[in-house]
Amino acid sequence: MLFFSYFKELVGKEVTVELKNDLAIRGTLLSVDQYLNIKLENTRVVDQDKYPHMLSVRNCFIRGSVVRYVLLPPDAVDIDILHDATRREARGN
Amino acid sequence: MSWAGPDELFLSTSLASFLDKKLIVLLRDGRKLLGTLCSFDQFANVVLQNACERVIVGELYCDVPLGLYVIRGENVLLIGELDRERDELPAHMTCVSETEIRKAEKAERDLKDLKGSMRKRMEFLDFD
Repeated sequence: MLFFSYFKELVGKEVTVELKNDLAIRGTLLSVDQYLNIKLENTRVVDQDKYPHMLSVRNCFIRGSVVRYVLLPPDAVDIDILHDATRREARGN
Repeated sequence: MSWAGPDELFLSTSLASFLDKKLIVLLRDGRKLLGTLCSFDQFANVVLQNACERVIVGELYCDVPLGLYVIRGENVLLIGELDRERDELPAHMTCVSETEIRKAEKAERDLKDLKGSMRKRMEFLDFD
């Protein structure tokens, strides 16, 4: 639940999602769910020339199971709050 | 499964906002399927109407019609909404027939196999 809550805080921020097939997509985080499925809007593919079929895609749904990384803007992270939440979560288990 | 109200449709991560839209579905095996979303479930299983596979080889492409498709969610990488206002593909790409694209696919596969086997032979020689 920690990462789900964490991503909910990041809704509206610009992120880059890198998939396991090496496709990287930059966009605004629209929503996230318990499976960490991601919805992005205003999307642009990094390295557009390699993925011509993605040219007109501006909104997409990304299945959580295929995400390798979610790259975040550094100022979107409050490290202390994250640490506290992680300790609380660890204690709860 | 409760029905999402109109406000929730845009904010939640359900695929409900994609219903009846023309979509591109990227699959784990590299295929790109286009179609209209009829139905979905919590596993991202998806039913596409008027589905076709967009086969792209270099600058050539072909849309191979498939009809009504049910896609098992575990194979889905991404579901993208195709913006009607924009070109779906760069202008320099050429649409060809299915026979042509299958020939191009085979040629690309043969080239990849050839490169693979040549690399194996070089590795065997073990240059430092």
